Amino acid sequence: MSDTHAQSVAFVRETELPPAPPPVTETGAIKWVRENLFSGWFNTLLTVVAFYFVARILFFVFPWFFNGVWDAASIRECRDVLGGATGACFAVLVDRWDHLLFGFKYPPDGYWRIVVAFILLLGAAAPALFSKLPRRLLLFTALYPFVAYWLIWGGSLWLPMTILGIIIATGLVFRAVSSQIPVNMRQMVAAAIGMICGVGLSYLLFIGAKELVFIANSIGTASLGTSFAYGVFWLLAIFTFVFFIPMGMFVGYAIYNSYEDGGLVSVVTALLFIYAALVYLLAPIASGLNAVIPIELQAVASRDLGGFMLNMILGTVCVSLSLPLGIVLALGRQSNMPLIKGVCVVFIEFIRGVPLITLLFVANVMLAYFMPPESNFDLILRVIIMITMFSAAYIAEVIRGGLAALPKGQYEAADSLGLDYARSMRLIILPQALKISIPGIVNVAVGLFKDTTLVSIISMFDLVGMIRGPIQNSTEWISVYWEVYGFGAMLFFIVCYSISQYSQWLERQLQTDHR
Amino acid sequence: MAMTDQAPGKMGISDEVAIEIRNMNKWYGTFHVLRDIDLTVQRGERIVICGPSGSGKSTLIRCINALEEHQKGTITVDGTLLSSDLKNIDTIRSEVGMCFQHFNLFPHLTILENCTLAPIWVRKIPKREAEETAMHFLKKVKIPEQADKYPGQLSGGQQQRVAIARSLCMRPRIMLFDEPTSALDPEMIKEVLDTMIELAEEGMTMLCVTHEMGFARQVANRVIFMDAGQIVEQNEPEEFFNNPKSDRTKLFLSQILGH
Repeated sequence: MSDTHAQSVAFVRETELPPAPPPVTETGAIKWVRENLFSGWFNTLLTVVAFYFVARILFFVFPWFFNGVWDAASIRECRDVLGGATGACFAVLVDRWDHLLFGFKYPPDGYWRIVVAFILLLGAAAPALFSKLPRRLLLFTALYPFVAYWLIWGGSLWLPMTILGIIIATGLVFRAVSSQIPVNMRQMVAAAIGMICGVGLSYLLFIGAKELVFIANSIGTASLGTSFAYGVFWLLAIFTFVFFIPMGMFVGYAIYNSYEDGGLVSVVTALLFIYAALVYLLAPIASGLNAVIPIELQAVASRDLGGFMLNMILGTVCVSLSLPLGIVLALGRQSNMPLIKGVCVVFIEFIRGVPLITLLFVANVMLAYFMPPESNFDLILRVIIMITMFSAAYIAEVIRGGLAALPKGQYEAADSLGLDYARSMRLIILPQALKISIPGIVNVAVGLFKDTTLVSIISMFDLVGMIRGPIQNSTEWISVYWEVYGFGAMLFFIVCYSISQYSQWLERQLQTDHR
Repeated sequence: MAMTDQAPGKMGISDEVAIEIRNMNKWYGTFHVLRDIDLTVQRGERIVICGPSGSGKSTLIRCINALEEHQKGTITVDGTLLSSDLKNIDTIRSEVGMCFQHFNLFPHLTILENCTLAPIWVRKIPKREAEETAMHFLKKVKIPEQADKYPGQLSGGQQQRVAIARSLCMRPRIMLFDEPTSALDPEMIKEVLDTMIELAEEGMTMLCVTHEMGFARQVANRVIFMDAGQIVEQNEPEEFFNNPKSDRTKLFLSQILGH
């Protein structure tokens, strides 16, 4: 270039000038501040006011946090150390660390068992949460509840292992046998199961009626009330036996005819079998095995576990139980069979219409009335059942929303390929409906996890129960609020935020369009 | 019936009856959708059903695989009488393929999984074998390279061809098409029709609800015109288009061919 113009033109620039830097006010932080914080008089005003409030809060929180006392035996010592300055008394966390996490009645030399169970939980949850991990790890997930039960509540290892053995044995036997059972045999089994349910139902009503007499007797001596109660009792008793037993047979047979493709009768028979085996075989087998090879941990009464780990246990157990129950309820509510649909609708509407705290009181106090007198039904188990039912009703409605959001064409396409009800639900409808429902389900799960603190009201010592009870009522730590509740809030936030992050990640994973 | 039997170009049609509908009636509540439908389909026949919207043509073919329930009369598919028994219905559905207006592919499964799902779970065919069959039919509808994509990543025409392949993977003896090209862009209609024509040439028994009259002329050996829930007229295509009998048919044809 320059050669050709050398004679005619005095100067030709051969290289491009480097671009000049933009003015300071147009780059970096200054530009950002100008555009976002001071772009007009109103924004400037807002910025100043906001800065003022943030500064006020920080000027309070920072000294409070960094002056915090970590080493003291009581709130009074804390105050002495601080000598009038602002400062937190984190010593309560150090002093009551074990109580906050494990409760105040759990034997201290057994803390490691809970820690191990918690670490194993992370391992057991992983294959269920991340589908990329090898599927074989799910075996460990299935085994986990039994191991965790043994670790936390102790006793003989043979007890949970025998339960596991009974379940596995039943499954294997039914897998081998169920397809060989002839049709009329299955019909008879269906009718028999219905009859058993009818007997069970009438027995429950029978007890209810007896209770009525008992209540009438205890209220007063009014003979009119008592004799009325007796009358109702006998009517109920006769009615239940005459009505529910044949009704049960009929319903069992009807359900057989509609749902046998899904192997419902086999499943129900298996469940009944498991139940019978648990009632009659469990104790002798487990104690027998334990006599031969004793593997025991110190037994801990179920009420003795407390603290944040109680929240964790209630949360994980109830979420993992209420999801399948919620799916069943949602499908049941869509069923064409009036009986199934009716039962599901009544269940969902009733449970949703009642506050959780009421259900917990029922679990704590009332349920004992409806149980046979000799039964000894664990309180934690009762609470788990109630919370599970509660969140299952909500999850069912969320999933129903997901089911309703699917285009009708998906059902028709599955039908037109000849898939039966069970398969079209499992392979086509539910994967899509659940995917749509993830945000709603997570919403319920997070809410449920936080609601587990309500058990503190029925005097169980979960994290909040521990704070409200043994810690704040102790002479050393009376009137400690911010530190302990702040710590509790932090623990819950960590768990809930992780759940939320996981669900968003899962939604991205399941996205199948325009990747 | 006699007329269609002696018409030319009817190769591949056997005397065997594929579908027999006798005196079938259907109501939606009090609305009488289908009135006294009588229809016999021989194996290998290609039938196009047309008619104004609301005339019951989609309902008719949806009754054949029991997506809709009929209240009166009988439907016999492949010698099996359609009843309300679930097993019976599933058997018939696995023998009868169906393509929908809106494709209805399963969006959470890949194209290949869409095609192998029913063979694996209904026919109990081993996965490997089902995948080979699926690839065979995907090649046939000319999109084997899309096998690992998801339906949402395909164009409408491609999706409809996958839907056809998905039905074919069950090796059905009868195919039902419910307005397969109505939801497609004009450019994509041809690729789907080509697939259907190829299928027809292989002797598949087909019932198509469609407004593609060119397709009807080319492959159908019988055109059925429906109005107000009744079969008004049925004839071979040449006769049907050039010499319609009833006034309603003439009006309909003038409206759809006139522009």
